[in-house]
Amino acid sequence: MVKFFQRRLLQAIPTFFGVTILSFLIILSAPGDPVTLITFQPNADPETAATMRRQLGLDQPPLIQYIYWLIGNDWTLVDVDGDGVGETPGERYGLLRGDFGDSIKQKKPVLDLMVQRIPATLRLTVSALILGYGIGVLLGVLAAVFHRTWLDQLIRIVTVIGNAVPAFWLGLLLIVVFGVQLKLLPISGMQDITQRGEQTLGEAIRHMILPVFVLSLNTVAFISRFTRTQVLEVMEQDYIRTAHAKGLHTRVIWMRHALRNGLLPVATFLGPSIGTLLAGAVIIEQVFQWPGMGKLIVDAVFQRDYPLVMGSIVIASVMFILGVLLSDLMYVLLDPRIRLD
Amino acid sequence: MVEVSKIANLPTDEQPRYSRSFVRDAIAYILRDKLTMVGLSVLLLFSLVCFISPFIIENILDIDVNDTNVVNRFKQPGQEGLIWGADHLGRDQFLRLIYGGRISLTIAYVASVLTVVIGITLGLSAGYYGKRVDDVISWIINTLSAIPPLFLLLIASAIWEPSTEVLVVVLAALGWVGTSRLVRGEVLSLKERDYVLAARALGASSPRILILHILPNIFSIVMVTMTIIAGNLILVESGLSYLGVGIQPPTPTWGNMLTDSRNYFVSGLHLVVSPGILIMITVLCFYLVGDGLRDALDPRRYQK
Repeated sequence: MVKFFQRRLLQAIPTFFGVTILSFLIILSAPGDPVTLITFQPNADPETAATMRRQLGLDQPPLIQYIYWLIGNDWTLVDVDGDGVGETPGERYGLLRGDFGDSIKQKKPVLDLMVQRIPATLRLTVSALILGYGIGVLLGVLAAVFHRTWLDQLIRIVTVIGNAVPAFWLGLLLIVVFGVQLKLLPISGMQDITQRGEQTLGEAIRHMILPVFVLSLNTVAFISRFTRTQVLEVMEQDYIRTAHAKGLHTRVIWMRHALRNGLLPVATFLGPSIGTLLAGAVIIEQVFQWPGMGKLIVDAVFQRDYPLVMGSIVIASVMFILGVLLSDLMYVLLDPRIRLD
Repeated sequence: MVEVSKIANLPTDEQPRYSRSFVRDAIAYILRDKLTMVGLSVLLLFSLVCFISPFIIENILDIDVNDTNVVNRFKQPGQEGLIWGADHLGRDQFLRLIYGGRISLTIAYVASVLTVVIGITLGLSAGYYGKRVDDVISWIINTLSAIPPLFLLLIASAIWEPSTEVLVVVLAALGWVGTSRLVRGEVLSLKERDYVLAARALGASSPRILILHILPNIFSIVMVTMTIIAGNLILVESGLSYLGVGIQPPTPTWGNMLTDSRNYFVSGLHLVVSPGILIMITVLCFYLVGDGLRDALDPRRYQK
């Protein structure tokens, strides 16, 4: 058990470095001069620009730049005046020590900006995960129980249509209907602008209904299909026939035998679902002006705030990798057969 | 086609009994599957209209879709001979939907094929050759799938501001991971089968085994995946447009038409509804066809 977890953790290390290399390469190949981006001065004094370049380590070859980004440069001397001899020690600590650099536009540490935004995104994605799994499993089981009836067909059609609609469009339509026309729900944001102090639970939920619903649709569609297939497969197993043969009540067979075994594999999709939800949140947060990570990233991309973009890719991936790891762990806990290996 | 449908009607006693090949059997199954046929027909219709009518519009009717006409702003459907009204610049919405469809469908078709080609090539090599090749490809797969998919697309398209052609390549370059993983898993089990062993015993080379013996056996799952991917790509294109990094106006796509329309809920509801409905129908049809193919290409179908 511990061994399994250790192995999975070790496997995540190359993936993590892959992510850092990839995000570094993307930004390295991006057009535009970083110094110009920071100073807003395309015609800056070449002397000053060169000094700044050396301060930022941009005069170094890409490999060195990558290493500085990763582990910092406080262990070496930076040659600020360009005479070939380093004099002041570097000031960066590198992302492995929690220093993702400073955002160009907001002049604040990237990590701080991200940490501020993560709770909002988690609130959105975790709620959507719970709702998506709840409704998805329910619909999937219903479709399996009423296999090949009108209910099965209806569930299939509704979930497929829900999945085929562009999320932002559906979000906008819902805002117009429930927010603007009926005035039942707030049109955007996580809390009322006028509100001071602690948010009440009801208030929080009112703001969450629309975004969470739209975000969860994808998961609902996928999980309900998968649940249906799994449960139907289990129903063909010999032990179900045995249970029937020994005269067990149908309800007992469903609850004790079919669902327990059929729902187990559904847990394996927790990890991948987190990725889908994080990606979906980028669009949903934009639609509902939700102050989360996705919105931060979109803004950073447009402002060409490269340190923030790089940092957010890495942090989002770490969240994703951890999510997958957690779901694996949960699966091992749920399924006694795996623990025996 | 006549031949196939005759077979689909199943032979009576007088007719000689055909032994149907796997592909013919699948086609016969699809021809009887109404929902899949509806999906296929709609896709075919949309594709024909979107790919053929631009030539007629430009060369015979001599109309430029990007012609603006202030008088026609927000005309409702049916007014002044405008079949589906006009947009905020007075451009003919119906014609723009056709042009938008041409680009959206091109992206769906070309990028999905490209995605699958990359996915198969890398998945086959990783699964079949194993060892170093597998290590490297698996590492790339794990890395790419550890980043939420839309992030990379968003960043890549914001940085390089792609044209349609480049966007197709970017979509494929970032989207092959799932297919590849699927193919790799399948190949890992297929290469241990006896018929592969037999082929190797007869002296077949690795490429020959891969192409003649393994590739046909992953064909069905790949076809299904490709259809689903095509549907998703249309959604992804619209999502990118919404975030402002897709194909830029005035070139119409369903995605950016939908995005442009979001400010006109009151003055031009028909502008908001039409691209959205078209996207929905198209994606739905791709999914339906995917589902149908999955059933049709499933060899265990008759055991159930």
